[in-house]
Amino acid sequence: MSEKYDVAIIGGGVVGSAIARELSRYNLKVTVLERAADVARGTSGKNSGVVHTGINVPYGSVKAKYNVAGAKMFEQYCADLDVPFKRVGKVIVALTEAEVPDLAGLKAKGDANGVPDLEIIDRATLKKMEPNIEGAGALNVPTAAIACPYSLTIALAESAAAAGVEIKLNSPVTSITGTEGAFEIETPNETVSAGLIINSAGLNSDKIARMVNVHRWRIWPCRGEYIILDKRVGNLINSMVYPVPPKGGGGLGIHITPTTDGNILLGPSADYTDDGDDVRTTAKIRRQLLREAGEFLPGLTPRAVITAYSGMRPKLVPSKVGGFGDFVIEEVPEAPGVMQLVGIESPGLTASPAIAEHVSNWVRERIPATSNSGFQNTWSSVHRTREKTLAVVDNLIAEDPSYGEVVCRCEMVTKAEIVDSINNKLGATSLNAIKYRSRATMGRCQGGFCGPRIVDLLIENGKSPESITLNGGNSWLFLGTTEDLRAESKAKRAKQKADAEKVEAK
Amino acid sequence: MASPEIADVVVIGGGPAGLAAAAEAKGAGADRVILLERADRVGGILNQQVHDGFGTKVFKEALTGPEYAAIYEDRVNERGVETWLKTIVTDLTADRLITVRNEKGVQTILAKSVVIATGCRERTRGAIGTAGTRPAGVYTAGSVQNYMNVRNLAVGRKVVILGSGDIGLIMARRLTLEGAEVVCVAEILPQPSGIAGNIVRCLEDFGIPLYLSTTVAEIHGKERVTGVTLAEVGPKMGEVKGSRRFVECDTLLLSVGLIPETELAVGVGITMHPATNGAVVDDSFRTSIPGIFSCGNVLQVHDVVDFATMESEKAGVAAATWAMTGKLPNPVINISAGAGLRYVLPATISGEDSVDFTMRPWKEEHDKSVVFKSGGEVLRRLKMPHMEPAGMIRVRVGLGRFNNVVNNEITAEIED
Repeated sequence: MSEKYDVAIIGGGVVGSAIARELSRYNLKVTVLERAADVARGTSGKNSGVVHTGINVPYGSVKAKYNVAGAKMFEQYCADLDVPFKRVGKVIVALTEAEVPDLAGLKAKGDANGVPDLEIIDRATLKKMEPNIEGAGALNVPTAAIACPYSLTIALAESAAAAGVEIKLNSPVTSITGTEGAFEIETPNETVSAGLIINSAGLNSDKIARMVNVHRWRIWPCRGEYIILDKRVGNLINSMVYPVPPKGGGGLGIHITPTTDGNILLGPSADYTDDGDDVRTTAKIRRQLLREAGEFLPGLTPRAVITAYSGMRPKLVPSKVGGFGDFVIEEVPEAPGVMQLVGIESPGLTASPAIAEHVSNWVRERIPATSNSGFQNTWSSVHRTREKTLAVVDNLIAEDPSYGEVVCRCEMVTKAEIVDSINNKLGATSLNAIKYRSRATMGRCQGGFCGPRIVDLLIENGKSPESITLNGGNSWLFLGTTEDLRAESKAKRAKQKADAEKVEAK
Repeated sequence: MASPEIADVVVIGGGPAGLAAAAEAKGAGADRVILLERADRVGGILNQQVHDGFGTKVFKEALTGPEYAAIYEDRVNERGVETWLKTIVTDLTADRLITVRNEKGVQTILAKSVVIATGCRERTRGAIGTAGTRPAGVYTAGSVQNYMNVRNLAVGRKVVILGSGDIGLIMARRLTLEGAEVVCVAEILPQPSGIAGNIVRCLEDFGIPLYLSTTVAEIHGKERVTGVTLAEVGPKMGEVKGSRRFVECDTLLLSVGLIPETELAVGVGITMHPATNGAVVDDSFRTSIPGIFSCGNVLQVHDVVDFATMESEKAGVAAATWAMTGKLPNPVINISAGAGLRYVLPATISGEDSVDFTMRPWKEEHDKSVVFKSGGEVLRRLKMPHMEPAGMIRVRVGLGRFNNVVNNEITAEIED
C-alpha cells in the first residue's frame, strides 16, 4: 500500500521547501521527496546568498517577474523564519575607465525592472563607500541584500514539517507512473501516491520531467567554485562588490560577497560539467579567484582563506550557446498535473517566495483547501546565541546551563544549539545537518576542536559511532571502536598467515 | 550579571603553558590566581598524547602526556590556583577586563595581570587549499589523535598522511599499532618537518615510506575518501609535470602545521610578530599592552613541551611580580634576527638578567654557530653541530655579556 498525498514535491531545495511551507498553510496532505540526507544539499546550499534586485535580468522575462516580486517579499520572509538577512547593498564596479560606459546599460536594465535608487558613482565616491576597493566607477545598488540560503531552506522545510508536511529524506525518485490525480512515485524506500507533482528537482529537474514523458529540457550543470575568507578580514568590504558582467557569459562574473555571518565569499567560477554532483574544487580556480578578486581588493591575502566549496547551477543553456536562459515555471500539455520548475538557477533564491506563492495558487485551483490551524507564520530553527547580547545569553544560561558550554569556539556555538540541531524537525543527523543548522565547524578550525565534542553529543543522543556520517549515505566517519579495528586487523593477519601456510603445504 | 571578580593574575588557557604560568604566578606570591580553561579538564593537548617522551628536560625522565599534565594539575591545585573549567573567554580589553562564559552564566573578571596561553590550532585542508571532492575521511592529525586516544574511535583502515610534522609522525605509528595501514607520509618540503628521532621511531621502524617534495594534489571520493593523487613539487613549489599518481586510501590525515590561536591577542590590539604570528614580547614575556603577557604555543610554536613549560614559568613569575608591584625591568635593548634566522625572541630585553633566547633557522645547517653581536663585537658565540627549521634553538646569554651592548641593539645570526 502506498501512502496517498494531495501533492508530492520532488526536491528539498529552497524552491521545493518554500512551496512546502506555502502549502502547509492549508489542509492539504503534502510530502517532499529529497534524495539527499538533508534539505539544501544541492544548489540551494552552495551559492552567494544574494537577494537580487532584478538588475541583471531582462525586462519581461520570467526571471524578472519572479525576481522582482520575490525581492519585495524577502525581508519579511526572513524575519518570519528567523533567518539572517542584511541589506548591505551592492556596487557593480568598473575596474577600468573602458568599462565605465557599460554601467549606464546596466542601470537602464535595472530601471526598466523597477529597481529603486540606482545611481552611477565616480571613483572618489566609490572609494568613500569602499575604501579597500579599486575601481574607476560603479553602479550603486543600495537595495541589494544578502541572506543565509541554507538557513532559509532549512527553516522553510522545518516550518512546513511542523505544520504537517512530511519531508522524506534519502528518497531519490526512481520512476513516476499514472496521471493527474493518481501519480505513483517510486523511491528506493516506498511508493508514494500523489494527486499533483511539483518538479523542483533542480539539477535533476530534466530527469524528473522525462519520468512524466516531458522531453523538452536538458540541464547543463555548471560548477561554481567559491573561497571563504576568515571573519577577521570581513571588514575589507561593506557591500557586495561585483564586476561588470562578462559579455555573453550568462553569469555575473566573480564577485566579492559578504555573508550574513561576517565572512567574505570569493566566486563563483563557471565551469560546465557532465556530472551535477561533481562539486570538486580545483587548484586552478582557487588561483584564479584569488587573482581576480585581488584586482578589486588589493589587500587580499591567501592566508585569510578558511576553505573552498563548489555549487552547481542547473542551466538550461549549454556552454556552446551561452547567454541568457529563462526560468521554466509551467504545467505543460504532455504532463497535466505536474508543475515544472526547471532551470531555476540564479536568481532562484530571491525568486523562491514568489514562485512558492504562484505554485500554491496553482495547487489550490485544482484542489481547494481550507486553512490549516496548525500552521504558524513564524518559525525559529536553532537559537543563535552568537548574535545575542551578554544579558540575553546570561538569561538563557540561567534557564538552561547548556547555553553556557561553548562547543564551537570559532563560531561561538553552544551545546544547547548543537543538541537542538541534532533533534531537528527533519530527523537529519549527519554532521553536515548539525553544521548547517548550528554553524558549528564552519569557522577557522573547521571542526578540528569541536568535532570530537559534537561526536560525543551525537552518541549521547542515541547515535552509534558507526552510524555517524558527514553527509548521509556512505560518508561514514568511524569504522567503529579502535578495538573493532584491532580485531579486524588481527583476523586479516591470521588469514594471511593461514593462506601462506597453505601455499607452503602444497 | 554580577559586578566583576577581582584577581591578581588571570591565565587564559589550561594547557601546559597556562598550567606552568598559573602555578608559578601563585608560587611567586600572587594572591588570587585564576586559570581559565575551555575544556572539562586541564592539560590541553597533552591529554590525548599517550606516547612518552615528555619531561626529559624538566624531569629527566620520559613521561606520557597525561602523566606530564597531571604533575602540573596537582601543582596548581596544591598551590591554590582557582581553576575555572568549561569556561570560555569571549572578550579581553586593554584594561584587562575579561568576559567569560560558562554554565553559571556570563561573568567578568578584572585582573592586574593577564597571561594569554591559548595555544595553537591545526592548519586545515581549506587553509592549504587541497583540491578535489569534499568527502568524509579528511582529518587533521590532532583530531584523529583525540578520536583514537581519548574516545577509542577508529577513523579508517587505509591512511595517507600529508605533512611530516611531529603529530603526523606520531599518528602514523599510533594508527599502525591500532591495526590501520599507513600507506605513506607525503611532505611538500625537501626535508621532514618533524624532528629526526620521530622519523626513525615512527616511520622507519614500521616500514612506512616518506615521500619528500611530494604533496596531495587532489582528493577523490564522493561520500568517503577513495584515494588521493600525489604529485611531486619542484624547488619553487610548482607541480612537477607527469609526476601525478593515484594512491588508494579511505582516510587522509593532515599534519601541515600549527597556527597560534591569537584571536584574543589581536582583538585587544597587541603588536604581533610577522615571523611567529604570535605576540612581540620582552624578556618578561610582556606584550605591547601593559599587564598582558603571552607564553607557550600561542607565542611561538614549540616542538618540545618542556621548553613551553620553562618559558611559561618565567611568564607566570613576571605576571605575579607586575600584579604585586607594578614594576618589571625596563626592556631597553632591541634584539633582531640576522642572517640565517627566521626570528628570535624575546624582541626586547632589559639587560638586567640572563636571557634564554629562542629562535629558528631558515634552513638546515651543519657545524655553524649562533652569534649574538652588538656594535660589531661578539657578545656570545655558541657552536651548533646541527640546526634545522623543525628544531627550536635555545641559547642562554648570561647577564655579564650585556655590559658591552652598543646603542641598545643586539643582532642574533648564524655564522660559519
